[in-house]
Amino acid sequence: MTDRVGIVIVSHSPDVARGTADMVRQMVGTDVPLAQCGGDPDGGLGTSVENIMTAIAEAWSEAGVAILVDLGGAETNSEMAVEMLPAEQRDKVVICNAPIVEGAVMAATESWGGATLSEVRSTAEELSAS
Amino acid sequence: MGPNTLKSVIEAVSDAVIAHTDELTGLDQKIGDGDHGFNMKRGFEAVLADLPAITDLAVGPALKKAGMTLVMKVGGASGPLYGTLFMALGDALPEDPQRGDYVAAFAAAIDAVKARGKAEAGQKTMLDVLIPVHQVLADGAKGAAVREAASAAAQATIPMQATRGRASFLGERSIGHMDPGARSSEIIITTVLNVLEAEQ
Repeated sequence: MTDRVGIVIVSHSPDVARGTADMVRQMVGTDVPLAQCGGDPDGGLGTSVENIMTAIAEAWSEAGVAILVDLGGAETNSEMAVEMLPAEQRDKVVICNAPIVEGAVMAATESWGGATLSEVRSTAEELSAS
Repeated sequence: MGPNTLKSVIEAVSDAVIAHTDELTGLDQKIGDGDHGFNMKRGFEAVLADLPAITDLAVGPALKKAGMTLVMKVGGASGPLYGTLFMALGDALPEDPQRGDYVAAFAAAIDAVKARGKAEAGQKTMLDVLIPVHQVLADGAKGAAVREAASAAAQATIPMQATRGRASFLGERSIGHMDPGARSSEIIITTVLNVLEAEQ
């Protein structure tokens, strides 16, 4: 079978990141590549470019990786991490404009069903209708 | 800028940011998440730890390396923002840069920060210090005049309403406080000018 889209969860809080990943696993088990990170380089509230890059590598899939973030710094640091990837990987990673918990669960469920990266993204982003 | 001046500038900027940790955190507690001082301290401590490797390089590559250290170590949005500022500055500098090269590279670095932060002037951010300071530099100002412009620009963020960053969540309640990123930009610019003046 073809690869499923990987999901990366990036929260300021290690607890939120772990808890969100638990909720994703409850839906899709281990069939979807999933990684999470939360906390600054010292483990306090914040995000770390290095940890985000590691999480992208852990959840890597040839079908691409969708990143779900919580607040501003998580997005900025995720964009930085994506830019630092090798060129051939960069185009296969998207940051979803979606609420982190609902977005991660919806994105993973879509991925489990065999959706493409852009389908996974748009399903997650439907949640943030203005 | 010779290697000794470069070392003095980077060291003094790092020391100044670290010395203002509590002030920056205090400003951020009023309109943000209260981590700016501590995050900047962590980033610049990492720069100091890496100082020999950084100052081994020419000024452009040294600024890029310092910027990368900030990106990896700061842990908040200010990491990519200040990291991008220094990396873009280093990237735009030719070998043996002169005053005009620094001013032009500063403009390129400001554009990179705008793109990274998806921000413009007037949103109560670090850009509200960087942009006016670049303007006076481009007009030929030096030393005290530039420091005064930086200080006035940081003060001018107090009545602004934040429309970018965590402070924007506060809406009108962000009015009446200085933006912590504007203040850290002022500290960095003032310190660079002080060192360059002392070395002349």
